[in-house]
Amino acid sequence: MRDLRIVVGTVVLAGLAFVAIAAPWLSPFDPLAQGDLVRTRLLAPLTPGPEGGLRWLGTDQLGRDVLSRLLYGARISLLVGFLAALLSAAIGTGLGALAALGRSWVDRSVMALTDAALALPRLVLLLALVALFQPNTAIIILVLALTGWMPVARLARAELRGVLARPYAAAARATGVGRFRLLARHLLPNALTPMLVATALGVGNAITLEAGLAFLGLGVPAPAPSWGNMIATGRDALVQAPWVATIPGMAVALAVVGCNLLADGVRDQMDPRTAR
Amino acid sequence: MWRRVVVRLLSGIALVLAVVTVAFVLLQLAPGDPARFWVGPAATQDDLETARRALGLDRPLLTRYLAWVTGFVRGDWGSSLAQHRPVREVLGAALPATLLLSGTSLLVTYLGGIIVGLVQAVKRARPVDTLLTIVTVVVYGLPAYWVALVLVLVFAYAAARLGWPAWLQFPAMGVQSLDADFLSPGARLLDRLEHLALPLVTLGALGVAGTARFVRGAALDVLTLDFVRAARARGISGRRVLTRHVLRNALLPVITLLGLALPALFSGTVFVEVIFAWPGMGRELVGAVAARDYPVVLAATAVFGTLVVTGNLLADLLYAVADPRMRAGREGREGRVRARGGAWGRGAQHEQEGP
Repeated sequence: MRDLRIVVGTVVLAGLAFVAIAAPWLSPFDPLAQGDLVRTRLLAPLTPGPEGGLRWLGTDQLGRDVLSRLLYGARISLLVGFLAALLSAAIGTGLGALAALGRSWVDRSVMALTDAALALPRLVLLLALVALFQPNTAIIILVLALTGWMPVARLARAELRGVLARPYAAAARATGVGRFRLLARHLLPNALTPMLVATALGVGNAITLEAGLAFLGLGVPAPAPSWGNMIATGRDALVQAPWVATIPGMAVALAVVGCNLLADGVRDQMDPRTAR
Repeated sequence: MWRRVVVRLLSGIALVLAVVTVAFVLLQLAPGDPARFWVGPAATQDDLETARRALGLDRPLLTRYLAWVTGFVRGDWGSSLAQHRPVREVLGAALPATLLLSGTSLLVTYLGGIIVGLVQAVKRARPVDTLLTIVTVVVYGLPAYWVALVLVLVFAYAAARLGWPAWLQFPAMGVQSLDADFLSPGARLLDRLEHLALPLVTLGALGVAGTARFVRGAALDVLTLDFVRAARARGISGRRVLTRHVLRNALLPVITLLGLALPALFSGTVFVEVIFAWPGMGRELVGAVAARDYPVVLAATAVFGTLVVTGNLLADLLYAVADPRMRAGREGREGRVRARGGAWGRGAQHEQEGP
């Protein structure tokens, strides 16, 4: 039976990816164009602008079109979310493999490092790192990856040790397969699905945190539209124009829920014990 | 059991040390000269040298590391570059507010999460369960900063503008009203609770959603076990089976969830404190990051890490109390079978997680 969550999650993420790629063609306005400050400022959703053209989701304090900014904002959010999660999955898998295949002191030191890193709240660590570097998109991705690899590392270690105990791993070793070939051809492919699930959850987390950093004014620099700095902008006009802050927040939530649904669905399908 | 407690205590201390070390390494990575920040742009070379000596920057790296660690342990956390007062004063003033907010949130999170999760497990696959599953998945995906803003919008601004009854209106910022000093003790308490309401609901809602998902799974696992069927077969009432047999066993894994819940809770606290102008450590941290006030940033990082480690330690001790198997001093929670000489050398063995 196909899990409904997988279908919904895939549709949501594919839809967002399409929107991000097609932003230039879908946007009714230039996301950076500020318009006439007196007449196009804080227009309510579904009102026509003075120069014609419906403002589907209204405008912000500088008269910028919220819908267009939302569509372009999807680019940064998804780019950062996916790249950060993939990078942290790579780091986590590497360290997990090191722990699973290495000697016991290697295993112990890697796990000690993982535990210490897990003890720091991720946002706090992110803030500390962002305080040291001037944030730009690449730095944000890197910093998110450096603070997100721990769950994958633990999972990779546990999964790889499980696979290592199977007879086919012993058989491969007995035929003289080298370590790296064993890891790449026999172990990783068999431990991949749970790690993909963790990565999907990581995408959602990274999207929330990227928007959160931008909300605190520490994300991708303005005026480039991102969902986080849209919320930050809208916060100043929360009372007169609630749409400016609330709509991008819903976009963040949609992306995160999409990732979580996909991850939950895949996890349950692969482990029939938890499927109910 | 005592042996285990001591081992956990020692590893907790080691972990705090690791966290403090991470903070020190980050401090060394900080660009620019802290002494330069301290004296300002108009200072002479002499002023700079004096400041360097005063801040201890002229000593070798290892000495500074040891000084940082011993200083941190003794509560001497250096001086704030932006506020020109001891970091301990800055964070000491902010810590109680953070502990109040996160402590009450934790309480709400666990109580609410356990109730919702149990209801779902008992009503499994019925409409109530389906509805709650959808609600928890959606709420779990909501960013804390967005929930906080929406709550402010609805319960502070809209409530006032639309003239909702007074008990549905809440203050949007701070821990107490400006006139709090002139209120009677009872009124002051009420005022404080009113200020706590919206931040607490923000963190509580997200926490309950996350915990309920977990409790539901844990309770369903227990519900299928033989001893539950045996208890039912003996004619014990459904409610009693649930409270005496299922709950106790389902709660064990939930206690260990604290290790994951605490860091997430503190991350949420940072946003909530910023939005509600709650004078806690998260707000100090964000302010310090904006001002590049490294000593405060790193001391706050270390304090947050210490709080998490302490919380985990308490959870572990709680677990030891709650699980009769632990009291009997038998197999440890992790039940880890570590392969000596590494997995490669001797062949891997399955790692058993959980009881």
